[in-house]
Amino acid sequence: MEQPEQKIKLTLPETSTAAAAKQDGGFTGASVFDAKNVSCYYGSFRAVTDVSLTIYENEITAFIGPSGCGKTTVLRTLNRMNDLVVGAHIEGDIYYRGASLYDRSVSPTAVRRRIGMVFQKPNPFPKSIYDNVAYGPRINGIRSKGKLDEIVERSLRQAALWDEVKNRLNKSALGMSGGQQQRLCIARTLSVEPDVILMDEPCSALDPIATGKIEDLMHEIKSRYTIVIVTHNMQQATRVSDRTAFYSVLRDDKSDTRTGVLVEYGRTQQVFEDPHDARTQAYVTGRVG
Amino acid sequence: MSVVSNQPTIDLREPGGWRRSKNQIATGLMYFAFVVILVPLGLVIFEVIAKGAKAISWQFLTSSTVPPNVMPLGQGGMGAAVVGTLEITAFAALIAVPLGILGAVYINEYGGRTWLSRLISFMSDVMVGVPSIVMGLFIFTVWVIPHGLTGLSGLAGSFALACLMLPLVIRSAYEMLLLVPNHLREASYALGATKSRVTLTVVLPSAVSGIVSGSLLAIARAAGETAPLLFTVGAVESTNTNLFSGATTALPLQIFSNALSPYTGAEERAWGCALTLIVIAFILLFVARIVTARFTRYTR
Repeated sequence: MEQPEQKIKLTLPETSTAAAAKQDGGFTGASVFDAKNVSCYYGSFRAVTDVSLTIYENEITAFIGPSGCGKTTVLRTLNRMNDLVVGAHIEGDIYYRGASLYDRSVSPTAVRRRIGMVFQKPNPFPKSIYDNVAYGPRINGIRSKGKLDEIVERSLRQAALWDEVKNRLNKSALGMSGGQQQRLCIARTLSVEPDVILMDEPCSALDPIATGKIEDLMHEIKSRYTIVIVTHNMQQATRVSDRTAFYSVLRDDKSDTRTGVLVEYGRTQQVFEDPHDARTQAYVTGRVG
Repeated sequence: MSVVSNQPTIDLREPGGWRRSKNQIATGLMYFAFVVILVPLGLVIFEVIAKGAKAISWQFLTSSTVPPNVMPLGQGGMGAAVVGTLEITAFAALIAVPLGILGAVYINEYGGRTWLSRLISFMSDVMVGVPSIVMGLFIFTVWVIPHGLTGLSGLAGSFALACLMLPLVIRSAYEMLLLVPNHLREASYALGATKSRVTLTVVLPSAVSGIVSGSLLAIARAAGETAPLLFTVGAVESTNTNLFSGATTALPLQIFSNALSPYTGAEERAWGCALTLIVIAFILLFVARIVTARFTRYTR
């Protein structure tokens, strides 16, 4: 069911980022990421081995699996965030809408402008709420106060935070609760209108109510964005995701090394109700992990 | 607290014996150390104020002619030295603070583990320990002597103080940059920021209060240094507002020369200079507090 895709240039300078990306792939079912035999390394340590999967547009894809199975590592290779880790590199190819992500000419900065990320721990800047959301547009060159106001309001509304903070936009973001901070971080990600949002266990530090709000939010923005979420919470995966990738740890007793592998990838319902692999079965039924 | 209960009562008080004694001994030692630290600090300030206060007058701070050592206190003043100190230190700060912060940014954000970054880091560590008189001699050799008679100037003094301040600024700024949590950098990178953006808009603002106070400590330290100025600025008796030409003077130099002389007037002037220096340092740190409070209003 793959549609032909146009190649997008991922080189700087390019300002109208997400808008362009959305126009040429407005149909559902288009693949956003194509990972082919990807192995991730930290120095000489191979953290993840031979992952191949396709992530589809306007869907929520969940990565689940036990600790140390490399799901966060794979997530961070999708927007070249792991470039920041000294010694991290990959083998294999990742295509983002047809363009090779790890091509030499690709600018990681241009990649990250299209592919945003929400982290495990809420990490607002020590600035005002307004400045947090306006940060992304500002680094993309938007200076006009009216335009920024508009973007800040729209992003905060999308993140279901506007009503709670509209009267204290100039207060420090660090004075908010954890759940609010995380929604602020989502608003900050949305402010640059990315094509894809990567979420690395966005709810692991939040209570069930805040988690519920963020899950509702994910459903709401799904029609406009493609979301990949790493989660430890299998209920969350079943609640929010369309597809699920289950990773596991492969231990090699001879050399005493461990590496992450992709065990199974498919529709969430299938992965949880009719898993093809015995390891998936054991994990999703709670017998292992 | 007598809740009716049939459970046995539990003793929640601190257990006695050796463990409690250890706690008390340690607490006592800490209070003792606190007092011991306070004594020399308090005595220094008390002594300087007690002896220097009577020298301070508007004339003392502004009069452009430093009187000969034999003159009593009422004559002339230290205006020349105040101007010299302010000019020399300000220009030294202008050289050393930006360079030092850039150096620290390079080591922490850009250099990583490259040999150049390690070299700068190592050399700045070494330079912190170099005696300040060596900085004076260095500038004397490479700047003052080649320029002959015109070599002695406020500029040469600034160079010497800048050499002294540079490693201090690099070290303190580096420590502050290390403290910036990595998740803030990642948040910025994830929005598509370039490295320079991340550094300018996230890393430096997060570290600004520490960098400012570290730099001001370095400035205050340099303002009080005598040795680097001994061979570099000369010691004249009248105000020289031109930093770039002609010998000038500075408060530490005047303390040095006046305190060595046997006359009462000179001795009192030395104490007055000392008090002036301390007040200048105090004002600097006070300004720093206000400035950094403005920068860091969102961090709490």
